[in-house]
Amino acid sequence: MTKTTLAVLMLFSALLINAQEYFPKNDGVKTTSSAPTAFINATIHVSHNQSIKSGTLLIKDGKVVASGTNVTVPKDAKIIDVKGKHIYPSFIDLYSSFGIDKPKRQPRNRGDKPQYDASRTGYYWNDHIMPEQHAMEQFKFDAKSANELLKAGFGVVNTHIHDGIHRGTGVLVALNINDGNDQRIINAKSAQHLSFTKSALSKQAYPTSIMGSIALLRQFYYDADWYAKGMSKTKDLSIEAYNANKNLVSIFEAGSKTNALRADKIGDLFNIQYIILGGGDEYERIPEIKATNAAFIIPVNFREAYDVENPFLTDALQLSDMKAWSQEPNNPKILEENGINFALTTHKLKSPEKFKSMLLKAIEYGLSKEKALEALTSMPAKLLGQASKIGSLNAGTYANFLITSGDIFDKKTKLYENWVQGEQHVILDMNQKDISGDYEFSLNGDTYKMTILGDAPKLKSKVATGNVTLGSQIKYADDWVHLSMTTKDTTTQDFIRVAALVKENITLQGKAILPNGTETTFLAKKETAEIDKSNSKTDKNKDVKVNYISKITYPNMAYGFETLPVQETLLFKNATVWTNEAEGILQNTDVLIKNGKIAKIGKNLSNSSAKVIDATGKHLTSGIIDEHSHIATSSVNESGHNSTAEVSIEDVIDDEDINIYRNLAGGVTSIQVLHGSANPIGGRSAIIKLKWGASADNYIYNNAPKFIKFALGENVKQSNWGDNSKSRFPQTRMGVEQVYIDYFTRAKAYDALKQSGKPYRKDIELETLAEILNKERFISCHSYVQSEINMLMKVAEQFNFTVNTFTHILEGYKVADKMAEHGAGGSTFSDWWAYKYEVNDAIPYNAAIMHNQGVTVAINSDDAEMSRRLNQETAKTVKYGGMSEEDAWKFITLNPAKLLHIDDRVGSIKIGKDADLVLWSDHPMSVYTKAEKTIIEGVTYFDIERDKAMRKAIAKEKRILINEMLKAKNKGEKTQAIKQKKKVHMHCDYVEYQIN
Amino acid sequence: MKLFNLYIVLTCLLLLNGLNAQQTPAKPQSEPITIEGATAHLGNGKVINNALIMFEAGKITFIGSANTKIARKGKIIDAKGKHVYPGFIIPNSTLGLVEIDAVRATDDDAEIGTWNPHIRSLIAYNAESKVVESMRPNGVLLGQITPRGSRISGTSSIVQFDAWNWEDAAVKVDDGIHMSWPNNFTQGRWWMGEDPGLKPNKDYSKHTKTLADYFDEAKAYLNSNKQPKHLPFEALAGIFNGSKTLYINVDDEKGILDAITFIHSHNLKNVVLVSARDAHMVADVLKTNNIPVVLNRVHSTPNKDDDDYDLPYKSAKLLVEKGIKVALQANGQMERMNTRNLPFYAGTVAAHGLDKEVALQLITLNAAEILGIDDAYGSLENGKSATLFISEGDALDMRTNKLTHAFIDGRMISLETHQTELWKRYSGKYTNE
Repeated sequence: MTKTTLAVLMLFSALLINAQEYFPKNDGVKTTSSAPTAFINATIHVSHNQSIKSGTLLIKDGKVVASGTNVTVPKDAKIIDVKGKHIYPSFIDLYSSFGIDKPKRQPRNRGDKPQYDASRTGYYWNDHIMPEQHAMEQFKFDAKSANELLKAGFGVVNTHIHDGIHRGTGVLVALNINDGNDQRIINAKSAQHLSFTKSALSKQAYPTSIMGSIALLRQFYYDADWYAKGMSKTKDLSIEAYNANKNLVSIFEAGSKTNALRADKIGDLFNIQYIILGGGDEYERIPEIKATNAAFIIPVNFREAYDVENPFLTDALQLSDMKAWSQEPNNPKILEENGINFALTTHKLKSPEKFKSMLLKAIEYGLSKEKALEALTSMPAKLLGQASKIGSLNAGTYANFLITSGDIFDKKTKLYENWVQGEQHVILDMNQKDISGDYEFSLNGDTYKMTILGDAPKLKSKVATGNVTLGSQIKYADDWVHLSMTTKDTTTQDFIRVAALVKENITLQGKAILPNGTETTFLAKKETAEIDKSNSKTDKNKDVKVNYISKITYPNMAYGFETLPVQETLLFKNATVWTNEAEGILQNTDVLIKNGKIAKIGKNLSNSSAKVIDATGKHLTSGIIDEHSHIATSSVNESGHNSTAEVSIEDVIDDEDINIYRNLAGGVTSIQVLHGSANPIGGRSAIIKLKWGASADNYIYNNAPKFIKFALGENVKQSNWGDNSKSRFPQTRMGVEQVYIDYFTRAKAYDALKQSGKPYRKDIELETLAEILNKERFISCHSYVQSEINMLMKVAEQFNFTVNTFTHILEGYKVADKMAEHGAGGSTFSDWWAYKYEVNDAIPYNAAIMHNQGVTVAINSDDAEMSRRLNQETAKTVKYGGMSEEDAWKFITLNPAKLLHIDDRVGSIKIGKDADLVLWSDHPMSVYTKAEKTIIEGVTYFDIERDKAMRKAIAKEKRILINEMLKAKNKGEKTQAIKQKKKVHMHCDYVEYQIN
Repeated sequence: MKLFNLYIVLTCLLLLNGLNAQQTPAKPQSEPITIEGATAHLGNGKVINNALIMFEAGKITFIGSANTKIARKGKIIDAKGKHVYPGFIIPNSTLGLVEIDAVRATDDDAEIGTWNPHIRSLIAYNAESKVVESMRPNGVLLGQITPRGSRISGTSSIVQFDAWNWEDAAVKVDDGIHMSWPNNFTQGRWWMGEDPGLKPNKDYSKHTKTLADYFDEAKAYLNSNKQPKHLPFEALAGIFNGSKTLYINVDDEKGILDAITFIHSHNLKNVVLVSARDAHMVADVLKTNNIPVVLNRVHSTPNKDDDDYDLPYKSAKLLVEKGIKVALQANGQMERMNTRNLPFYAGTVAAHGLDKEVALQLITLNAAEILGIDDAYGSLENGKSATLFISEGDALDMRTNKLTHAFIDGRMISLETHQTELWKRYSGKYTNE
């Protein structure tokens, strides 16, 4: 018989088993059997918060008929006595890829050109948006995986295609191995699924970054709305599918606390409350997580301890990873304590087999059993709106339940059976007897002693006669014990075989076959049951305290704060004060700061409530402002389009970048986090204060001025991207001009339509560009050579606005007069050059020449290393071009504040301005100076003395955690090789690639 | 503004007189030169206030106090209030091997292949590089030109920065072989979409063994009749007989310790560690073995989040305190154009705890000693080459590093560059308009 015929026959027979009432039947007479089954004498956990002792569960036709203590068992019912055992609703996993093949990434070949357009027509313009995708269409029941999940206690999973940004709908399926999909499918369109990650199946470039994914989703929702109103002239099956499924819940794969907050913000804009797949790190930002009001699906893939025996390798291990190892098992408990709704998932575990041990660990760390059960049953059911069908054992729900030997959250407890839709799946034979123990028997005149060890079905035997230990093997199934053993004659390889039935009182009775072929009766009785030591052991285990748990800091890494520093009233006495105002540099002067503002400047100031800081011999300046930075962000470039005005760095602030702390240590208080220079029209900026310890959104200025990055030259025409990148317009400086004219022309038309009150399709990109035309948003333009600088000013003049800032602007000195006339500022490097062809004529005298021509000049970094030494960088303008020290200092304080339109708040020491100050050990531009205190709004975010204490604390914490890891390994826990997260230092040119 | 006007006047004067032809090497010293009244920083840790320095035919003939009663010879430069330093030296540099990073045609710093001891940097050194000339106004006058890439990247030579061609430039030809120690860690290729994190390198022992085998084979070859000729092995001869220095690039603690074991087992005499990020962790071992270190770039960020923010600033000090001979270098992103900041690297080291004159030593005498050119360079001493400069102020501080004169082997070199020319041309454009 060929394999195919066999498969067809099997399929056929499967169909027969599952025959539905209106299906024809050709292999016999039609029979129906729907006798009820009653489970009696059970402890029934009807739901996470309701359990019944000695109850009855009555099921029929795959559903629960009744559960309780007064259930009348019908006469035709099959009765199963489960005395002493527990019955639980089986578990539900909301985040599964069960039965769906993992989409395989198409191999990338050398020479592949980037793909900018969609691969399909009739659908949304971006391949990664696939709401029309239905998991049901790809779903194939996978019995092997189903078995694994059943063993782990799951009865229902919600599965979907883990591919793309909008992934279409999922399917809720019961893990019913015996029946067909006609029974199993609980809901063929259970939820919509989303993520930030692109499809593996399409090479369409956009989006290349997470901020692109965020912008894309926003635009998609706007477009769907426009389409729903019947305004679209073309067919879009993706949007139609989305609009049709709009009422389904949406599950968003965030995968981390940071992305959870980002996803939730998208939802807020469109009144969508996502259910969020978390990352297990939610505990690190609990207030923000709670404020999302989202329900979470939480993985329990607590990391293994790292191998720390080798001190050389261990040195690469960072505190943040060590802390995570120590803290992660706490996450479910902390979520519970904070009243955050969550379901648990096997997602991210290598196999469902690991689920129980992870769950028990969470419970050991304080997650309540009730919450654990809720997170596995009623919560997931409720989240999908299926509480009437699954997640409890109330009448009418599917008969999805587990039979266990005891408390399901006890390590010793055995899961016997997992019933799904009334179909029995036996995991362990619950009638199997405990045959472990000591036995004695005689064969052929010799007395043997036998010990059986372990839990069925995994048993081991030890047999001895006299002083001779015999080799033996034992098997136990269906009440039959099969034993084979060697003989006392050790010189031969002869075997005795035994087959015995387990009878009452654990008596093994059967026959033995001796090496010579003679058969004889076999009888062995288990000796008086030994005292069960395991119970006392469990009790002891319960008392064992959870290991050392590292304290959470903000951020939860090296140099994080256990408690955030607070605003203080500070009085600096006797400092050299660089005011940046008409007063100039004041000697022996006091400065009082109060309520986060500069309150007084003068001599002999006093304030009874102020903390006095002796600044004798020291210099006090306003905080450094970096006009051009790429630290504190998760992405820099969205390079998938030549214009990406729709993306914003504000969406992707990274509050865990150590460079924030290092910048503070270099006296930096405010920065503009700019989009990169991969395209002529880049993304929107974030203007932030370096409030180390705060969460991402709190970094951003209140009423932050609106900025956007533009870029010119080699980067935008992809000169250095390799020979494959020759398909995106523009490829020349000539083309760059036309990109601007095209977009501004369209933006103008868009804005006119919008202002007219007529209906218009909301377009985030054009809306942003219209803000530039309306002088509400300002450009910071990456620029090098004079021709293009001149060009952009002319384009701006054509559209009646001003280019606010040229950044880098290395040939600014060649057109400084034109810049001054146009009103553009210049934010430049102190001395960078020679890294590209277009910086061949870059000179370190640039800042001085531009300044002398009346341009507002700043010195910027574009670099995480240089940004912490901007005081040195600006000092170079004294060497190159002879700037006065006072003006040079303004290049990194007042002038960037002006360029960023924040000079009313920061940039000088003036009464009423924000108390963003730096206390320097020496002249602030001396190579020998150090920042001793860096203060933002009266809060000391960097203090050189506190830094010393933190170093000691970090070393101590690492020592403790290394010891804890060694302890864990000693206990036999699994461990993993060390890893060190690396952040790539990002510059303008940095183009990220999404890791899928 | 006053200062600015002064510059304009200067500029106009220069324009009238015609600019010093930039990049035209100076003629040999034709008359004795006397510098009087400056603070002389000797480069060996000592300072002479109100100093008198005289040099003739390229050699220093006198250095001492200006109070010394001795006849002043030749042209006298009044340097009162100014500072004199020996020319700064940059080891492990690719100056002159690449002109513009992004233009492949100008890129000659790394050859393909794994074992390239025979590759010689000197012949590719572009003595007319615009980047090289931009070193001089900051006091960086000498460099060790070093190939990059490969396990053994090649042979370096030491040059001075005012020459018509590489032969003129050469100060010490084929001085050392440069090698990269295998890494104990591997990093994901983030540009390919891999996790950029570090993982232990599974192939580490394989790589170190291959390296040891290579040295064994080279030694065996050199002890044989050397037929047929093996160019790479021939090139290694100097490191076995001690006539060349072996420079080992290595960063991590274990790599450093393993490299030291390797040095012993192959009986190598002149070895210098380059970059050596974790050297401070094994300082005692380095001291015991008397191994000098050419340290990684001072202006860099710490390797790990957990590190002290100022670790790259202070690691030189941590080593010097242990008695290790340290020099500074600039290897890394945009290293060539950045090399002119070498004096400020030393300044930053001084800011973080090292005595200023000792910090200066890291870019003068220590570098010369490590490179084996201290017989002539690295300090202001009688009989040594007159390779020195006069700065208006402290040359380790950005604000005051302003050179008025610079000399290489007594030749007064131009301090003009492509950049100063553009500065003057465009300053002039605005003044004349």
